[in-house]
Amino acid sequence: MIRRLALEKRPDPSPRLLYLLSALAIGIGLLLGAIPLWWMGTPPWEAYHEMVRGAFGSVYSLSETLVKATPLLLAGLGVGVAFRAAFWNIGAEGQLYMGAMGGTWVALTYPGLPAPLLQPLMIAAGCLAGAFWGLMPAVLRARWRVNEIITTLMCNYIAILWVDFLVYGPWKDPRAFGFPFTPPLPQTARLPSLPGSRVHLGLLLGLLVAAGLAVLLKRTRLGYEIRIIGLSPGAARYAGMNLGRTTSLVMALSGGLAALAGVCEVAGIQGQLRHGLSPGYGYTAIIVAWLARLDPWATIVVSVLLGGLLVGSDMLQIAMNLPVAGAYMLQGLILFSILGVEFLAGYRLVWRDAR
Amino acid sequence: MALVPVLLEAAVRAGTPILLAALGELLAERAGVLNLGVEGMMLVGALAGFIVSQQSGGPWIGVLAAAIAGLMLSGVHAFLSVSLRANQVGSGLALAIFGMGLSGLFGKPFVGVPAEGFAPIAVPWLAEVPLLGRMFFQHDPLVYVAYLLVPSLWVLVYRTRLGLKVRAVGEHPRSADALGISVVVVRYSCVLAGGLMAGIGGAYLSLAYTQLWVDNMTAGRGWIALAMVIFGGWDPVRTALGAYLFGGVQALQLRLQAVGVTVPTYLLMMTPYAFTILALIAASASRARWRLGPPTALGTAYTRGE
Amino acid sequence: MNDPLPLIELRGITKRFPGVIACDRVDLRVYPDEIHVLLGENGAGKTTLMQILYGLYQPDTGEIWVDGQRMRMRSPKDATRAGIGMVFQHFTLIPSLTVAENIALAAPGPGMFWRRKSFTKRAEELSARYQLAAAPNTHVWQLSVGEQQRVEILKLLHRRARLLILDEPTAVLTPQESAAFLRNLRTLAAAGHAVILITHKLAEALSVADRITVLRQGRVAATPDPAGVRESDLARWMIGRAPPAAPIRASQAAAAVELSLTAVSAKNDRGLWALRGVSLDVRRGEILGIAGVAGNGQRELAEVIVGLRQAVGGTLRIRGADVTNASPQTLIRCGVSYVPEDRQEMGLVPRASILDNLLLKAYRMPPRARGPFLNYAQAGDQARRLLAAFAIHVPRLDAPVSVLSGGNQQRLLLARELATHPPLLVACSPTRGLDVGAVETIHRLLLEQRERGGAILLISEDLDELMTLADRIAVLYAGEIIGCLRVEDADAATLGLMMLGGHALARPTPAEHGT
Repeated sequence: MIRRLALEKRPDPSPRLLYLLSALAIGIGLLLGAIPLWWMGTPPWEAYHEMVRGAFGSVYSLSETLVKATPLLLAGLGVGVAFRAAFWNIGAEGQLYMGAMGGTWVALTYPGLPAPLLQPLMIAAGCLAGAFWGLMPAVLRARWRVNEIITTLMCNYIAILWVDFLVYGPWKDPRAFGFPFTPPLPQTARLPSLPGSRVHLGLLLGLLVAAGLAVLLKRTRLGYEIRIIGLSPGAARYAGMNLGRTTSLVMALSGGLAALAGVCEVAGIQGQLRHGLSPGYGYTAIIVAWLARLDPWATIVVSVLLGGLLVGSDMLQIAMNLPVAGAYMLQGLILFSILGVEFLAGYRLVWRDAR
Repeated sequence: MALVPVLLEAAVRAGTPILLAALGELLAERAGVLNLGVEGMMLVGALAGFIVSQQSGGPWIGVLAAAIAGLMLSGVHAFLSVSLRANQVGSGLALAIFGMGLSGLFGKPFVGVPAEGFAPIAVPWLAEVPLLGRMFFQHDPLVYVAYLLVPSLWVLVYRTRLGLKVRAVGEHPRSADALGISVVVVRYSCVLAGGLMAGIGGAYLSLAYTQLWVDNMTAGRGWIALAMVIFGGWDPVRTALGAYLFGGVQALQLRLQAVGVTVPTYLLMMTPYAFTILALIAASASRARWRLGPPTALGTAYTRGE
Repeated sequence: MNDPLPLIELRGITKRFPGVIACDRVDLRVYPDEIHVLLGENGAGKTTLMQILYGLYQPDTGEIWVDGQRMRMRSPKDATRAGIGMVFQHFTLIPSLTVAENIALAAPGPGMFWRRKSFTKRAEELSARYQLAAAPNTHVWQLSVGEQQRVEILKLLHRRARLLILDEPTAVLTPQESAAFLRNLRTLAAAGHAVILITHKLAEALSVADRITVLRQGRVAATPDPAGVRESDLARWMIGRAPPAAPIRASQAAAAVELSLTAVSAKNDRGLWALRGVSLDVRRGEILGIAGVAGNGQRELAEVIVGLRQAVGGTLRIRGADVTNASPQTLIRCGVSYVPEDRQEMGLVPRASILDNLLLKAYRMPPRARGPFLNYAQAGDQARRLLAAFAIHVPRLDAPVSVLSGGNQQRLLLARELATHPPLLVACSPTRGLDVGAVETIHRLLLEQRERGGAILLISEDLDELMTLADRIAVLYAGEIIGCLRVEDADAATLGLMMLGGHALARPTPAEHGT
C-alpha cells in the first residue's frame, strides 16, 4: 500500500483560527516585504519601526491613521456586504467617485443652504449616486447573467473618467489655472472634525455603519437571506428567496457605502472634487474586507491597520526616502499571504493510502 | 485628410502594448484562469526591461528580462489559483497591486534616467508602399512582433492540438480531465505565457513607445488589456481590432488635447469601457453566448472529483 | 459469432468498497461482433464491473484477458490501447467545440496541428460507415442529446475501439431515439465491433442482445439465451427476493385529498419532456409512493409540486386551491414541505450553522421573526427542542452542518421539514446512502407524520422502502404513471416489471402516435 500526502477538507475551521490566520497573513506579508526592502539597501527592521512610529507613534500620527482608515472602513464595509452575498464587487473605486461627485453636485448647486441641511443632502445624493452605480452591474447579472467582475471593473473607469470630465470641464474652478479641480466647497459643506486633527464625521459614520451592518447580517431576515444566498444559491431558491431582488438590494447598499466614503473624502478632507481623489481606496477596501473575513467589526480593526500602513509609508518616504509605492507592494504581499493562508484554513495535509 | 494616416500610425503605436498584454491574457483566460494582475505584470516588465537595457546596453536583452519578470510574477498567480485553488479575483488583484508597488519601489532611482531603446525599423519592401507603408511598416520591432503574434495565436487556438486542449480545459475541465488532458499543466502554461507577454507589453512602453521609466507608466493599460480580451470575444483577431481601436481613441484624444479641446476627450475615452460592457451583455444574453461569451469555466478552480 | 476465442474475458472479478461488495467473483465473456447486454438494478455492480474493465478501478481479485492475453488495466490509457472504449452517463464532450474538434481531442495524433478538413472528412466517413449522423462542423451545444451520444461513439470509433461499453445510453433518449440507437448498435456489431450494453430496461435488452448477463448484488444471477427468455424471468433474476410482509394497517376511510395533479407535463433541464400528463392524488393520512428507476421524471415531479420547476399544461391543486406554477414561497406557506434528493446543494447549506439550516424554511414567520428581525434566542430554543424531539445530537448549534454525519444531516433535514407538521410532505430518496439505524429512524418519522394525518408523497428507488411505508404505490416510467396499486395488491415482482417498462409494451405511448 503506497501512502501519499493528500489534501483533505477541514470540516469546521473555528472563527478564532480564521482570525489567527488573518493576523498570520499580515505577518507573512511584512516578512516577505522585508526582502525587497533589504535588496534595496533599506534595513527592513528600521523601516518597519519607522512605519509603526509614523502611524501610531503620536496623537497626531494616530489621527492621520484614522483619517486614512475612514474611507477604507466605509468602502470596506460596502465591499464586505457584497462579498457576503457572493457578488464580487470590484467596483468600489468607481462607486466612491460617484459618491464624491453626487455630494459635490449638491454643494455646488445649493451653496447657500445651512450646514445641517446641506450635509445630509450631500450624503444622500452621494449615496444615491453610488447605489445606482452599484445597482447597474447587479441588474445586468440578474437579468442577463453578465459577469459582475468585469462590469464593476469597467464601471470604475467610466466613473473616474466621468469625474475627470466634470473636473476638467463644466465644474472646473475658473481661478485654478487649468488644474483639474472644482472650486473649494463652501465651509458649510465641510464635515465637522475633531479639533486639532483632520479626523472627521466620516469616522463616526463608519463606526455606526459597522454596527448597523453587524445587526443587519446577524439579526435580521434580510441579513439571513444575504448569508444564505452567498453560501448556497440552490438552497436559497429552495427556501423561496428571491435572489435577483436581494442581490440588487445588496449591491445598492454596497455602492452606497463606497459612495459614502467618497462624499466623506471630499467633504471631510479634500474640500473639493479633484482628479485622482482616491489613491486606490476602493481596491484597498477589497483587501480590507478579505482580511476582515467580511465581518463588520473586524473591518474596523483592519481598516485602522491598513490605514496605518498607508500613513506609515508616507512617513517612510519622508524619513528614509522610500517611495510610497512600498505601501502598495506590502498590500499586495499581504493579500497574497491571506490567500495562501486561507488555503491552510480550508484544507489540511494528511497521509492517505493510494487508490 | 492628412490626419487619418497619422492617426492610424499613432493608433498602431498606442495599441501595441495593450495588444501584447491582451493576447497573453487571452491565452490564460481561454484556459479558464482569470488574471486581473496584468497591470502589475506590465509595470514590472517595463521596469525590468528598462533597467536591464540600461545596464547592459541592449534593448533586446531588456525585452528578455521583461518577459522573465512577467513570467515569474504570473507564476505566483498560477500557483495560488491552480495549485492552491485560491480565489482568482483576489490573487489577480493582489498581483496588480503588488506589481504597481514593486515597480514604484525599485523604479525610483531610474526616473529620468536615459536608456537605449528601440529605433524604428522599416520593413524592407512593405515600407515603400504608399500611404500604408508609413502607417504600418515603419515601427519599432516589437510592433512587428505583435503583428506576427496575432495570426500565430489564432492558429494556435483554433488549429493546433494544444489549442484544442487549452479550449477544452477552459470550457469543461472535468471532461478534459476525463480525456486525459492535464488541467494543471495546461493552466500553468497558459498563465505563464500570459505573464511573459504582459511583460513584453510593458517593455514596449519603456523601451519603444518612450525611452524612459516613469512611475506607474502603464497608466491603466493593463486593465484596458483585460477589457479588450472581453471586447474581442476571446478571439485574437477581434482583440487586436479592439486594441488598435483603443489606440486610435487614445491618439485622437492626445491630438484633441493638443489642439485645446480637452473636454469631450474624457467622454471619448469612456467608449472602450462602455463598449466592453455592451459586448459582454450581447454575448451573455444571446444564444451566441457559446461563441462570443467567456470560456465556461473561466475563474473557477478545478478539483478532480468535485 | 461462435468464435472460440472471446475478445474480452473477465474471470473471478471481485471488488469491495467500504461496507459493500460491489462485484463478487464475476465471470464475463464477450465475443467480437456481439452485443452483450449487462442487465441489473441500480447498485447491482454493472457500472463498477465495467469501470474495472476500463481501468478506472483495480479489482481485489480476478483477471482480465483480452484476445487471449492476460492484461492489467491500470488506467483508462491501458484500456484504450487494448481497444476498449467506454461512453459514460456523463458525456466527456466540450459543448462549445464542434463535433470534429471533439473527435480530434479524443485521440492524440501526429504533429502539432490538426487539420479541420481531415477531421471533418474522418467524421463524415465514420458517420456514413456506422450510420451515426452528426454534422461535423456543428458545435456540440447545438446538438440534441441523442446526437451528442453519437459523437461520443464516433470518438471511440476514431480511436479504433474494438469493444464499446455503453452505460445506460438510452436513459437520456426519447423512445424514437432509443429505437434508432438500438438499430445503430446492430450496425456496429455487424461491422465487427463488440458492444457491452449496460441497462436496466428489459424490452431494450431483449430487442438487441446476442447474449445477456444478469447481475444481482454483485453476482452473476443468470446468463440466459435471449431467444427463449421472458421479461418476467429477467425481472425475477434481477430482483430475486420475496416481497417483505406488508405491515398491518387500519382500514382507511376515504380521507380528503391534499394534493392533486391533473395531466401535468414538464420539461427537464435539457428541454426534453420529463413528465407527460401525470395525474395523481395524495390524501390526508396517506403515503403515496412513487416507484421508478432514477431518471424517469421523479426529480421533475417533485420540483413541479414545490414550485421549483414550471409545469407546462395541467393543474396542481392543494386542498382544492389551484396553485399551478405558484412561487416556492407561496407553496411553502401553503404548507408544502420538501426533502430534496440533493442534500448538499439544496436541502441544506453545508457551510452554514446548524441553527441557520434549521431556520431555512421558518425564518419568515413568528416567533422566530419579529418584523424585519430574527429572534435568534427563540430560534435557538425551538431548535434545541426540535433536536431533542428527534433525538439528534449536535456538538453545538453554531457548528456548520457539514460536521454531522450523512445520517444525522438527513435526520436534521427531515426534522426541519416535519417540525411544522406540514399538511403535505414531498420526500425524495430520503434514506439514500444512510446506514440501517438512520433508515429506521426516518421510516419511523414518516409513519408518525402519517398517523398525524399528514399527506406524504414518497419518491424512492427502493422498493422495499415503498412496500414498507406506502399505502399506495404508483410507478413512474418515462414520465408517465403507468400504474397505481394498493400496497396489499402489489408485489415486488410486478412492481419491478413495471419499473423496468414491462407493462409499457402493452400500451402504445403517446409519442408513437402521430408524432
